[in-house]
Amino acid sequence: MKTLMLGNEAVARGLYEAGVTVVSSYPGTPSTEITENASLYDEIYSEWAPNEKVAFEVAFGAATGGARSFCAMKHVGLNVAADPLYTASYIGVNGGMVCAVADDPGMHSSQNEQDSRHHAIASKTPMLEPCDSAECLVYTKLAFELSERFDTPFLLRLSTRISHGRSLVETSAREEHPLKEYKKDIMKNVMMPAMARGRHKEVEKRIEAIRVWAETSGINTVEYNDKRVGIVCSGACYLYAREALGERASYFKLGMVNPLPVDSLIDFARQVGQVYVIEELDDIIETHCKKHGIPVIGKLLFPSCGEFSQAVVREALLGEQKPHVCFDKPVPPRPPVLCAGCPHRGLFAALKKLNLYVSGDIGCYTLGAQAPLSMMDTCVCMGASVSGLHGFNTARGSEQAKKSIAVIGDSTFIHSGITGLIDIAYNKGISTVIVLDNSITGMTGHQNNPANGLTIKGDPTVAVNLEALARAVGINRVVVVDPFDMEATRKAVEAELAAEEPSLVIARRPCALLKSVKHNPAMVVNAEKCTGCKSCLKVGCPAISVRGDANKGRGTAVIDPNQCVGCEICAKFCSFKAIGFKE
Amino acid sequence: MSQSVKNIMIVGVGGQGTLLASKLMGKAFVEKGYDVKVSEVHGMSQRGGSVVTYVRYGDKVYSPIIEKGEADIIIAFEQLEAARWLAFLKPGGILITSTQKIDPMPVIMGNTVYPDDILPEIREKGVQVISVDALSLAKKAGSAKVTNIVLLGLAAHFLGFDKEMWMEVIRTTVPKKTIATNETAFELGFSAKE
Repeated sequence: MKTLMLGNEAVARGLYEAGVTVVSSYPGTPSTEITENASLYDEIYSEWAPNEKVAFEVAFGAATGGARSFCAMKHVGLNVAADPLYTASYIGVNGGMVCAVADDPGMHSSQNEQDSRHHAIASKTPMLEPCDSAECLVYTKLAFELSERFDTPFLLRLSTRISHGRSLVETSAREEHPLKEYKKDIMKNVMMPAMARGRHKEVEKRIEAIRVWAETSGINTVEYNDKRVGIVCSGACYLYAREALGERASYFKLGMVNPLPVDSLIDFARQVGQVYVIEELDDIIETHCKKHGIPVIGKLLFPSCGEFSQAVVREALLGEQKPHVCFDKPVPPRPPVLCAGCPHRGLFAALKKLNLYVSGDIGCYTLGAQAPLSMMDTCVCMGASVSGLHGFNTARGSEQAKKSIAVIGDSTFIHSGITGLIDIAYNKGISTVIVLDNSITGMTGHQNNPANGLTIKGDPTVAVNLEALARAVGINRVVVVDPFDMEATRKAVEAELAAEEPSLVIARRPCALLKSVKHNPAMVVNAEKCTGCKSCLKVGCPAISVRGDANKGRGTAVIDPNQCVGCEICAKFCSFKAIGFKE
Repeated sequence: MSQSVKNIMIVGVGGQGTLLASKLMGKAFVEKGYDVKVSEVHGMSQRGGSVVTYVRYGDKVYSPIIEKGEADIIIAFEQLEAARWLAFLKPGGILITSTQKIDPMPVIMGNTVYPDDILPEIREKGVQVISVDALSLAKKAGSAKVTNIVLLGLAAHFLGFDKEMWMEVIRTTVPKKTIATNETAFELGFSAKE
């Protein structure tokens, strides 16, 4: 029977059926659910690694050891894992290894929309790209077969619409793959210059052999309809094109996006009239076609930015738009915000008046960049808050360092913030770093991490002791504060900023959405005391607003009892003691 | 019998439970033997942002998403979101909406205003609007969390199969402890049609 599965769930099912035994990943939208689902199979050892480089190396080590292994990450995660990827490509595998990388065209939940196909090309690693959940499962299994057959790690390229789309999947039984024998072979597995020179030649031969395989294997499919127009595409773009153009065009659907075929593309181009390449993000297929003398039109008509859809294809190629009605008045935007009761709000609200330079990082707390909290100056990539602050303070001197902080979550700190902290201590910096320790990896939907003492399966394990870790790397000033105690938090941070040495402040309170967190009842506004001054709005809580015409038109604060969890932060901003608990 | 592709959008505010509603629909359409695609967005926008889920079913569905002028039905969990996504409705499409209003941060901050009379304005454009105070009905059923099921109950009138089938899908999907509340919510939503 066919079942409806998320693309990510189908990849996990593919891992199960392919006999995979080791999975190591770091969470990252839209890739996270692959590993969460893999962890539900008892036959697969699954883990959250501290970062993507570690995850890749664990999977690669397992493959060297003869197991079928896997890791998953978002597109920017592959930058972190790029170092092992490029050399793993030289070494090849023993047991099959697949790395799934999920791109995010349109940046639903990312800081950039880089195209991970560049990594496949640059590392000379083959890459498959499924277009729905059924292909997610089939391609995952195929990638393991091909990985072993061609002695290479394989990349599986996903995107938000594939990872987070549900479609029908046919499952089958697991096929066990017993551990392969491990034989010591330093010419293949130890990449020193003398060995790597030989391996590079193998890599070049291998990628050509895979191209030849791809020409005729059926991984790329051709559908001839009206031959006046030919479309070359892969993944979700195939679906958009097929939806928009139907049988008015012929299609060359690429299942393998690296290496790209040559002969079969030339043949397709000969059979049809004008060939269009429809690809999101960069012009990789288009450039390939042109390099091989295939006249195609691509980015001339299609953008390099953002996500495509059937409407994008319809408009670009047919000049058509579907009729629709519009709402005439301006519709206010609804950006994501820190949740009611979020501990990060306490920290930001406590420090807002200090007018600090805030070196930011990747996580829920990045939402504090927006008004009214406006508590962030920069956000680049995982871990950059800490090292970036050290650079900023080094450039601008110690007086600046007394007005600057870095903010970074617990999981992000473990991922790559700790190396920046070591840099600060080692190089005699005086920066103040704040770890927002909410005991979970929040933004990706609550994954356990090395700092919260729970494994991927929720079993108790050792937890990184952040205080001891900081001291061990040479930070002598380590303080722990409760971000809901805003007065104490502000005083502690002021003291650390004033100090002539580096500090780590740990703002510790669990995420308000964790089931284990007990909440207070909702707070209420005493309308007689409220003057409509709007001070309470400065905390940027979605549960509080000011409505009505009372107080000479200024209105009265109102708290939404469905959202409020009684964190009392707004009450601390009220000079009239108008916010309290129901008596 | 051949079934051309039907498009349903579920729009709301992150945290309102739109994903469960789309999951239930997807399951129901699969049981009916259709090809189905559901597209969700997880991650950042879940934190109180505007969220949209696309549900498509028919003999053969290609694209996972719905574009402007393509939706047969929009189920809105919040009025402003109904206005935001209105352009996605096809001419003659139906808007099923909760009367709930949730101020977005720019409105809370006073930088912009929440438009008045959203539903009358949409009706004036000739759109069939079916509205319900889903939050109150959900609370009556026992929990604000089942607002999604109230709306599903109301939408069931336009989704083509009988109530008992929906009940069965709900029973086999939601946590055991919450079955009774969800069933009541569905009933209340179903009976709310004028």
